[in-house]
Amino acid sequence: MPLVFAGICSHAPGIVNRADRADPARRDALYAAYDRMRRAMADTKPDALVVVGAEHFGNFFMNNMPAFAIGMADQYDGPLEDEEWMRIKRRKVPGNRELSERLIQGVMQEADLSYCEEWTFDHAIMVPLNFLTPDYDLAIVPANINCQGPPLAPLHRAWAFGQALRHAADKLPERLAVIGTGGISHWPASPNSGKINEAWDREFLKRWAANDRAAMLSYTDADTYREAGQGGFEIRTFIAISGLAEGVPGEIWHYDAIRDFSVGCTIGVMKLPATMSA
Amino acid sequence: MSLYYLQKLLYHLNREPSVQRQFKTDPRGVLESYDLTDEEKQALLKPDIGLLYVLGVNGQLLMHYAALKNFAWDDYIEAMREGVRQYGPVRAGIYAMVEE
Repeated sequence: MPLVFAGICSHAPGIVNRADRADPARRDALYAAYDRMRRAMADTKPDALVVVGAEHFGNFFMNNMPAFAIGMADQYDGPLEDEEWMRIKRRKVPGNRELSERLIQGVMQEADLSYCEEWTFDHAIMVPLNFLTPDYDLAIVPANINCQGPPLAPLHRAWAFGQALRHAADKLPERLAVIGTGGISHWPASPNSGKINEAWDREFLKRWAANDRAAMLSYTDADTYREAGQGGFEIRTFIAISGLAEGVPGEIWHYDAIRDFSVGCTIGVMKLPATMSA
Repeated sequence: MSLYYLQKLLYHLNREPSVQRQFKTDPRGVLESYDLTDEEKQALLKPDIGLLYVLGVNGQLLMHYAALKNFAWDDYIEAMREGVRQYGPVRAGIYAMVEE
């Protein structure tokens, strides 16, 4: 089936575990935008949700760091973090090993990746799921792009990974939804936590909504680090979604630089035909 | 290369229940399994979150160690700032403090 849904959202742990510190009106508006995304995705009746995250040394370390990875299990765990700290209860999350395997075989036609029969989701996946599949009733296929431990795959490879995912997904009989999770500019878990370069974010999102390949791939890691912090390396997940939906514009449903959540909180959806007609 | 093992210890501690259990009763025993300098061992045991930050520990690993050691969020942020005041700029990695 052609891909039914594609979008992007933030995954910062503060969105959940520092919920009480932000202005309630701004927090609630963000939560409402997540819920709008949840409903839009559900309306497309997906059989599974592929989450392209950028995890933070939950499962992958520098002894053997995959640039790209996809999970292949019937069940996952999460959150990796202490559940009291994360304020999300530890639980099993449903997967679909057989579907994952077919998807991985398809992606491997065009891109190299690691497959993973074990995966404990950290906030990169659990924060989005907390809002988008709160009943944990949809099979999840986790994917990861290393945005944390350089050397990192160049941006054009993140785009190509998205394209490989798209070509593989379109050939499967299942209805797949795909989201990319990450931050734009942010300096998480550092003394600068809360710093956000709003102008940089808005320019990036303009390029994302236009699905302008050349403009998005023109960022260098040196520029990103200087202007958008180490957290800015996570634009790879958003760029993968652009590659996935090549030729289709996106729409930004929400952006708010909420300092207490340490990130410019973002919800965006690609205007795929199946999403628009749902 | 010691920073690599310092971070590897924290990676294991953050995700492995067996390491978490041993660390509660025998932290020095856990440390012995990794190739660490005396400065790194002391920083872990104290714990000196500011020094661990300055040594270059990735914040995504360090924030969980700080939480394990009962640092509230604001105290964790302040401990890193204090580390920079006391020991100077971050020596390695991608989590250096920047001007606001």
